[in-house]
Amino acid sequence: MKQNRFLIVLLSILFGLIVGAIVLSIAGFNPIEAYGVMIKGVFGKPKYISWTIIRSTPLILTGVSVAFAFRTGLFNIGAEGQFIIGSLVATLVGYFIKLPPVIHPIVAILAGCLAGALWAGFAGLLKSKFGINEVITTIMLNWIALYFSNFMVFTEGFKRPNKDASHKILESASINILGKWKTSEVGKAFLKDNDFLRGFLNPPVNYGFIIAILVAILMWYILKHTTLGYQLRAVGLNKDAAEYGGINVKKNIVISMMIAGALSGLAGAVQVLGVSKETAVLATMEGYGFDGIAVSLIAGNSPLGCIPAALLFGGLKYGGSKLQPTIGAPFEVINIIIGIIVFFIAMPKLIEIITSIKDRKRGEKVGNIK
Amino acid sequence: MEILNDIGIIIGISLMYAAPLMFTSLGGVISENAGVVNIGLEGMMTMGAFAGAAAAYFSGNPWIGFIVAGLAGGALALLHAVACVTFTADHVVSGIAMNFIGPGLALYLCKIFFDGAAMTLPLDLNHKIPRPLNNILPPDSFLNSVLNQYATVYIAFILVFLVWFLLYKTKLGLRIRSVGEHPRAAETLGVNVYKMKYLAVILSGVFAGFGGAALSTAVVSNYRASLVSGQGFIALAAMIFGNWKPQGAMWGCLLFGAAQGLVVYLGGTSLKVSSQILAMIPYVITIIVLMVFVGEASGPAANGLPYEKNQG
Amino acid sequence: MNRIDFDNKVIEMKNITKKFGDFVANDNIDLTVHKGEIHALLGENGAGKSTLMNVLYGLYEPTSGEIYLNGNKVDITNPSIAIKNGIGMVHQHFMLVETFTVVENIILGMETTKSLGVVDIEKATKEVEEISKKYGLYVDPNAKIHDITVGMQQRVEILKALYRGADILILDEPTAVLTPQEIEELMQIMKSLSNQGKTIIIITHKLREIKQAADYCTIIRRGKKIDTVKVDEVTEEDLASMMVGRKVSFNVEKEEASRGEVILKVENLVVKDNRKLNAVNGLSLELHKGEILGIAGVDGNGQSEFIEGITGLRPIESGTVKLNGKDITNHSPKEIIDNGMNTIPEDRQKRGLILDFTVAENIILENYHKEPFSRKGRLNHKEVSNYAKELIEKFDIRPRDDKHIAGELSGGNQQKVILAREISNDPDVLIAAQPTRGLDVGAIEYVHKYLIEQRDKGEAVLLISFELDEIMNVSDRIAVIFDGKIVDILDAKEADEKTLGYLMAGGGTIDEAK
Repeated sequence: MKQNRFLIVLLSILFGLIVGAIVLSIAGFNPIEAYGVMIKGVFGKPKYISWTIIRSTPLILTGVSVAFAFRTGLFNIGAEGQFIIGSLVATLVGYFIKLPPVIHPIVAILAGCLAGALWAGFAGLLKSKFGINEVITTIMLNWIALYFSNFMVFTEGFKRPNKDASHKILESASINILGKWKTSEVGKAFLKDNDFLRGFLNPPVNYGFIIAILVAILMWYILKHTTLGYQLRAVGLNKDAAEYGGINVKKNIVISMMIAGALSGLAGAVQVLGVSKETAVLATMEGYGFDGIAVSLIAGNSPLGCIPAALLFGGLKYGGSKLQPTIGAPFEVINIIIGIIVFFIAMPKLIEIITSIKDRKRGEKVGNIK
Repeated sequence: MEILNDIGIIIGISLMYAAPLMFTSLGGVISENAGVVNIGLEGMMTMGAFAGAAAAYFSGNPWIGFIVAGLAGGALALLHAVACVTFTADHVVSGIAMNFIGPGLALYLCKIFFDGAAMTLPLDLNHKIPRPLNNILPPDSFLNSVLNQYATVYIAFILVFLVWFLLYKTKLGLRIRSVGEHPRAAETLGVNVYKMKYLAVILSGVFAGFGGAALSTAVVSNYRASLVSGQGFIALAAMIFGNWKPQGAMWGCLLFGAAQGLVVYLGGTSLKVSSQILAMIPYVITIIVLMVFVGEASGPAANGLPYEKNQG
Repeated sequence: MNRIDFDNKVIEMKNITKKFGDFVANDNIDLTVHKGEIHALLGENGAGKSTLMNVLYGLYEPTSGEIYLNGNKVDITNPSIAIKNGIGMVHQHFMLVETFTVVENIILGMETTKSLGVVDIEKATKEVEEISKKYGLYVDPNAKIHDITVGMQQRVEILKALYRGADILILDEPTAVLTPQEIEELMQIMKSLSNQGKTIIIITHKLREIKQAADYCTIIRRGKKIDTVKVDEVTEEDLASMMVGRKVSFNVEKEEASRGEVILKVENLVVKDNRKLNAVNGLSLELHKGEILGIAGVDGNGQSEFIEGITGLRPIESGTVKLNGKDITNHSPKEIIDNGMNTIPEDRQKRGLILDFTVAENIILENYHKEPFSRKGRLNHKEVSNYAKELIEKFDIRPRDDKHIAGELSGGNQQKVILAREISNDPDVLIAAQPTRGLDVGAIEYVHKYLIEQRDKGEAVLLISFELDEIMNVSDRIAVIFDGKIVDILDAKEADEKTLGYLMAGGGTIDEAK
């Protein structure tokens, strides 16, 4: 069955790329050229690779967040809001609290996680206490988070003058790899002779990617090897049976949402501490949470699967951003491709039909030989 | 009299903002009463917003734009129907796909048709949806502020009645609702479950498309990437707020419209109320309403469940 | 039997085969039914009798085979065609839209309309009233389905078919949810319908009903037709052995019970159902060690709420539950299990198993948090697997694979997994709710054997079942539940079906029954 699922995902990705090619050719672009640009845009230079990784990092985390909740039977559409709250709180801690390096980012990250956990935990509580569908509440909470974040950024003392954004976090809270060294004399001198490393370190490379991978492994371990994971999966697969077996369903729903929220909050914190360094005023959703849903679906809701899925997703997005400047093809073809991938993943029945037709034909041939 | 006039302005703006939501929300009502969850309304609305603005721009006729918007929304909804009805997809997952495809395709086409610009060219004022009562009521009067609306506002209210009538009075409505409540029962009586579901989902896309056009050809005069941003979800919330009933959804939309109306109105005054806090209110109210009326807000019995013919 | 018109073959199904994937549900089945006949389809659960009728009703398309109605070949590809040909079906699980009224349910699919497609509800109501008068099937046309009784709902189902002008009525397990008296009424209705020229096919696995009402009986076993017999000419024993394929003994063999002290004491229990009505309404009960206490009753008299209440799954409004002298009222399911009460739940797929889990994972459902299965929150997969393998062997669960997905087991093996899990917990009290529902005869015997073994070990068993035969055969004492109360308790040896039926229908206490 697992193999089947993997096949479905691969075929869906293939269909996505085919439809993307069709959309491109209808508009008069050469799809092979376009995909070539994208591949070059991801692997062409060391700094492209690091950008792709940087882009993928928050998606791994929001992807794992959604996947984890999925395994408990919860649809965390609220990853977006949890991300926003996580980044807001991490910025607040990163700017207002003065702490030594190493400790500062840890505190800021934990604060971001906690904020995300509470934000999502509220939706979990509403589900377990009042039976309100988490899809609805988390959609509401996304918007509340967005306006709340804007409200905070507009607050005097936090807002950076003449900018629609907060103050930048203190340098001590940064999680960039060799951030200071890069710009020091020694660093510059060293990098001068090392093209690859210079290029690779040029973008805001940070520890977020390592954190994300460790977290994905941790979540896999929790689900597979712990009693907590057993409970959560039992609740997700059949909450009536779990309840009958003595598992506290309501508590597990809240726990699951809180863990999911912590992961999305972590994504937000990592993005602030490693890349953006600030919270900007948001006119609309940035989409980290929604992209996380797609990542989780592509990953078949497996935490480990979220790593390659997010890299694919980040690669498509970053590589896709090269389309406009080079061949003039709109970047949005990427969203269409991603949409089509998700669309086919939503229909395993269709793909099963397609593959079974193939099998049947093969079967007929065998019959003919006889 | 000034207060009355101000109230009139607030009501007027609220109605204007509520109309696009009402179209879309009614779409949700129809689809979910037939048992198909439509979280893709956002994408369908965005398609409609672009198609409506573009068609109105090229044809110079807002009504052509309005119709094309419905067709565009309906076309996207057809995809959703194929996935959910024929291939028993998870409705929410397919809806998520719609929300990638719809906005992606809208902006993609926009850039193709408008020389790489991320917005359509603005419509002339006389190419927008007309205001039937313009220059009829005394200017600056309460009535004028309230009633001098784009035709789409009136159509939205008429549509609330029509959808209610369709669902609760007609044969088609009885069948649509039966499919959302107990598809197998409906099938055993010879109701074509798939046909009903397809019809309802496509209609929901058409309505969402109308909603998008009501934004891009009336509230404002062009489509841009950030135009819809989330209003499809708000319409969905309004539908749930209204307990899956057309008239209830209308009240939900009016609530969200009023909040937006207040934001716009207060933005023009010197009052020191944070527009961000104000914008939050309808979402908070929706959560509170759900907490208070819990249990009743459950929707059709078979809503969101894939239905397969021929299965034991 | 002169109401049967032997020259008129209303239904002829020829060589019907229906496959689901590799599974052959119907294997080359022939069926002939004459006009005015009451024809029984007999078979065990899963034998393929419902499948055959779903083919006739157009819900399934046969893989091969032909259907003739009144001598003409027909292609019934969907229910509309069946309805047009005068076939009506009353399904085992009622096909009623709960939020609709009786009339709306009856007319759905063939609504009379005024202009603009508006449903003419007044006219429809009148029509429904006329038909119900004609066939003596009284219902309130404007009541909502969720407000009427199960018996009434069945009438609505029959009316639905008659409203469509059905001449052939298929009744799928129609008595499963009825009291003995309601069953009696249904038999009368069937006879009266057949006297008016209707042809009736009744799907059932209850032999007595066939003897009581049917003219002919076709027996199906494992998808194959065994025979069609004239009911007058065979005994119940003959029918049973044809259904099962071997000799069946109706009686469960067991020793005399040796009752001990009271282990479970329930006093004045009140539990609400989902509609917030008192489903259990002042129920009191004492269960002793070393006995099987059966609870007889018709579905919907508070059995489910009673079980959910005492097992901690549903809040108890008032009253007390004492297990081994300890008050466990409103304790959590976990505490109740840890105090020595285990349950075989009534719905094994909903409550009993996590179908996507492996057999091993299901077996530790109540013990995953205990050593040796886990330590400090970490699962020990090896110990889990070893324990599961041990139980699989002991309880003869097939296939012998602890990693097998529970949902892919047969019904009988699924029930064995639950049985293994609950009995291995060595409970003081075992609650068995509908423990044999949907199982075939072999599996039923197996389950009964374990229940009796549990009793013989000196433990207590509370058996709740809608099958009166099961209650009478397995229990030592029988409590009858009606309207959320125990109306009386009888010694099983003194209980007869008539008395029980009287009590189950709310007729009062045993003294009044006699």
